Amino acid sequence: MKLWEIAHSRTGDKGNISNVSLIAYDAKDFEMLKEKVTPERVKEHFKGMVHGDVVRYELPNIHALNFVMYAALGGGVTRSLSVDMHGKGLSSYLLDMEI
Amino acid sequence: MKSIRIGSGAGYAGDRLEPSLELIEKGNLDYISYECLAERTIAIGQQAKLKDPSKGYNGLLEYRMEKALPLCWEHKVKLITNMGSANPQAAAAKCVEIAKKHGLTGMKIACVTGDDLLPVIDKYMDTEVWETGEPLSKLPGEIVSANAYMGVEGILKALDQGADVVITGRVADPAIFMAPAIHEFGWSLEDWDKLGKGTIMGHLLECGGQVTGGYFAEPGKKDVPGVGHLGFPIIEIAEDGSFFVTKVPEAGGLVTVETCSEQICYEIHDPENYFTPDVVADCKNITFTETEKDKVVVTGVTGKPKTETFKCSIGYRDCYIGDGEISYGGPGCVERAKLALEIMKERLELVAPGQFDELKFDLIGCNSLYWNPDHPMNSEPSEVRVRVAGRAKTKAVADLVPNEVEALYTNGPAGGCGAVKRTRDIVSVASILVSRYDVKPEVQVFEV
Repeated sequence: MKLWEIAHSRTGDKGNISNVSLIAYDAKDFEMLKEKVTPERVKEHFKGMVHGDVVRYELPNIHALNFVMYAALGGGVTRSLSVDMHGKGLSSYLLDMEI
Repeated sequence: MKSIRIGSGAGYAGDRLEPSLELIEKGNLDYISYECLAERTIAIGQQAKLKDPSKGYNGLLEYRMEKALPLCWEHKVKLITNMGSANPQAAAAKCVEIAKKHGLTGMKIACVTGDDLLPVIDKYMDTEVWETGEPLSKLPGEIVSANAYMGVEGILKALDQGADVVITGRVADPAIFMAPAIHEFGWSLEDWDKLGKGTIMGHLLECGGQVTGGYFAEPGKKDVPGVGHLGFPIIEIAEDGSFFVTKVPEAGGLVTVETCSEQICYEIHDPENYFTPDVVADCKNITFTETEKDKVVVTGVTGKPKTETFKCSIGYRDCYIGDGEISYGGPGCVERAKLALEIMKERLELVAPGQFDELKFDLIGCNSLYWNPDHPMNSEPSEVRVRVAGRAKTKAVADLVPNEVEALYTNGPAGGCGAVKRTRDIVSVASILVSRYDVKPEVQVFEV
């Protein structure tokens, strides 16, 4: 199944760094998300788009993961050549991941 | 226990006005704060100020204040905003003019300055730039702005002097929401837990409708009632720092654990260390509890001592970006669009060999948002839009990209339609850290 079925997400941007949250609708899915959606898996998923490290943080009480992705926005919001300069659409792409 | 209600009047520079007016009228507010300054906005404001010393503030200031000032005066709501951008004094002067016109006699309008470090930027030339790891002196283009993210200090001084309206330039976004709580409750500026709570309160408010159901709707999974008349958020915060998020009952949208969860994660990195000029907030263990419809109580937030440094955003002339688009539809549209991209690659190499710093070739509808080479498109769309963007050091070279895209009409594949073109002069933003002791907030108060 796709992450989209069990989680929601929002993307934020700071310079050339993107952060993408992954929030389980149901707290009981959180452990499974932690196990399956590793930073390595996320970096592979964003292949060609994210050129730096991916660091994962947890907000356990709201069953959320926060992925901070470096060198992810085509040089930064102000100079990116992408249609989506802020990378706001990256959240939707994360939810497309099959688990 | 004493508590106050703070509304969010705007979540970005160009945000809608009507929800903020609804809040002033019906939100039983004490304060409303408008957050209107993105990373690059102030650099653009600085250029406007260079051309005309009475400009450089938010372009919607007059439009907003014409409506908001009389309403705030009538409902006894104080207004705080960073709409001063590169020129808070001029913005304050404009507000005084508007207040006079509406007969708001006695209204006190303050401006907070001190964030502008451009006059002393030379002393930071050896400071390392975050984005490049190189000294500031190595930035490729002319520096046009340098603004430190200040904390609550200047806003507090203005409120202490009785200001009804406070206009700032660059301050940390949460500060314009937290300052009222510190002012009203007399919190110590070293009560880190309370400042942590106040900062996270500000973080939840700073994007306006993004916590009341804006940027949230997903039909069938996350439905948002009345999203067409989406309301902006209110936070009621008590003297001990406890608070809840809500909205005006008749406004559209919703406040739920899910809307708050999406917004708390927005633009934070490590939730244990959310750095601001006033405090390092810790929201790792944040908990949201929906106690009644559209009312979410927030707990589990703490704070740690602030650092010795302020972040400073440097705007610099970077490059020119030209881009153009043209559409293809019907049977075979993707093949024709791919041919158009091949033609573009050949022509740009022909007209300006090696002169672009970077080029991007998109098929909108297929691969413009996501371009993972292992995940190709899985079905043929009924239409596709070609887009080519290029970065160059001169406008003349950048212009070649959109011009060549447009020329695909008569010189490219069959059926090209709807071409558009543009070239932009790009001011980029870099960041450095400066000593907090180099930044001295100053306040001027004008009485109408």
